[in-house]
Amino acid sequence: MTVAASQAAAVEPPPPIARNWTRTRIAGHVLVGLWILLGVLLAVYLVTAWNPELFRRYAPTYASGLGVTMTLVVISTLLGALLSIPVAAGRMSRNPVIGGIAYGYVYFFRGTPLLAQTFLIYYGLGSFRPQLDAIGLWTFFREAWYCAVLAFTLNTAAYQAEILRGAIESVGKGQWEGAASLGLTKWQTLRKVILPQALIVALRPYGNELILMIKGSAIVAIITVYDLMGVTRLAFSRSFDFQTYVWAALLYLVLVETLRHATEWIERRITRHLKR
Amino acid sequence: MQSMLTLISWGPDGWLDDIAYGVFITISLAAATLPIGLAIGFFVALAKQSDEPSLRLAGNIYTTIFRGLPELLTLFLVYYGVQIGLQSLVQLADPTATIEVNSFVSGMVALGVVFSSYASEVFLSAFRAIPHGQYEGGHAIGLTSFQTMRLVVLPQLVRIALPGLANLWLILLKDTALVSAIGLSDILRQTGIAARVTREPFLFFGLACLIYLVLAIISSFGINAVERSVSRSEVKR
Repeated sequence: MTVAASQAAAVEPPPPIARNWTRTRIAGHVLVGLWILLGVLLAVYLVTAWNPELFRRYAPTYASGLGVTMTLVVISTLLGALLSIPVAAGRMSRNPVIGGIAYGYVYFFRGTPLLAQTFLIYYGLGSFRPQLDAIGLWTFFREAWYCAVLAFTLNTAAYQAEILRGAIESVGKGQWEGAASLGLTKWQTLRKVILPQALIVALRPYGNELILMIKGSAIVAIITVYDLMGVTRLAFSRSFDFQTYVWAALLYLVLVETLRHATEWIERRITRHLKR
Repeated sequence: MQSMLTLISWGPDGWLDDIAYGVFITISLAAATLPIGLAIGFFVALAKQSDEPSLRLAGNIYTTIFRGLPELLTLFLVYYGVQIGLQSLVQLADPTATIEVNSFVSGMVALGVVFSSYASEVFLSAFRAIPHGQYEGGHAIGLTSFQTMRLVVLPQLVRIALPGLANLWLILLKDTALVSAIGLSDILRQTGIAARVTREPFLFFGLACLIYLVLAIISSFGINAVERSVSRSEVKR
């Protein structure tokens, strides 16, 4: 008995399955090798093309460009979040007129390119210069920066309204009924019962929207705002040095990846109570 | 009012013929990008759902890079990068040679890689929605893995991935507006020229937005038709 038990304990685990060099494994290693090669080539290129003069001249402008990009994204996302609340309310309204207006707003801003919307506001409103002058708004619409903020706010409000609506509608109807039976008002229900559940659903889409805004913000360079893309274009047109674009690409990648991982971390943290 | 109608009429006084050419360029660019993006996206998704960790890593690097870069920057990287790269290659052979990279091809490549990195995520989640028993069943009746993929998995994959891909098509249609920045005569560039020449920017950029909206509406009709025809083969429960 004891002998059998000790023998059972001594039984070795099965040997690991030998991993042969199958075709997929070879292909995978070749592809990873290719990426490593590309990375090394990029590093070698950046080292050989290193130009202290260029760096001293443009590093501060890149920093300010990054600041402009982030300011633009943060301001327009926050303003868009405010604007998205009435739009989402309109989308969920039973009144066909209000619902129709909100639907038209969302459809227009989601169905046309952000670049075309920015042009429509920045160049297009120039057609109404006399009228805008008369009400004193021309100084606002003359500046590319304000036009960019306005266009981005209107655009992201449409997307965020759909995120908000989707999240609120994802919470079951029974939650509303349960809260009503407890005597909570509609507003209390929304604030204490619905939103805490809806925002968990909405977190990932909100993170994606923020990333899309950062990527989309590159187009303001076309209307002469000196964000990260704008200073890159300027540096390239003056130096004809391709590394200006490579540095911008690295900065954008770091920004987006940081944000993506931050969203994932927050999501893991606020859904701890849902994990078993 | 009469003058505005003249401006958007067809012919030497109006700009409609120029804008129609822009619509043609936009549609052909999007249509040319779609098959490339779908094909690359499918293979990247195949790599990302394989059992082999190195293949998954390679696929994930691809998605991370091209999903993280702004589309406009990708476009410039392709347009100028390929031009400079080819130029230095050609000048090894002939120092006086110059190379001009076609902006249509650059746009196609840049939008194609962006589209494919998003499409690979759509295909990946569709792959995960197909139960493992489907592969085992295909194996059990003696199909090779290629045949299983083509005859068993792919028809289901298309049906599951279609809504996501339709969404990506609408995004692609909007992203084509960026090629106006590298000088391709798409809708936005043609209307921009018209706006500058006629000094009627609101009219022409508004028209551009309306054209994009109409294209999106036509697309959603097309997508509905495709969805109907694909869902006909679905199992009725």
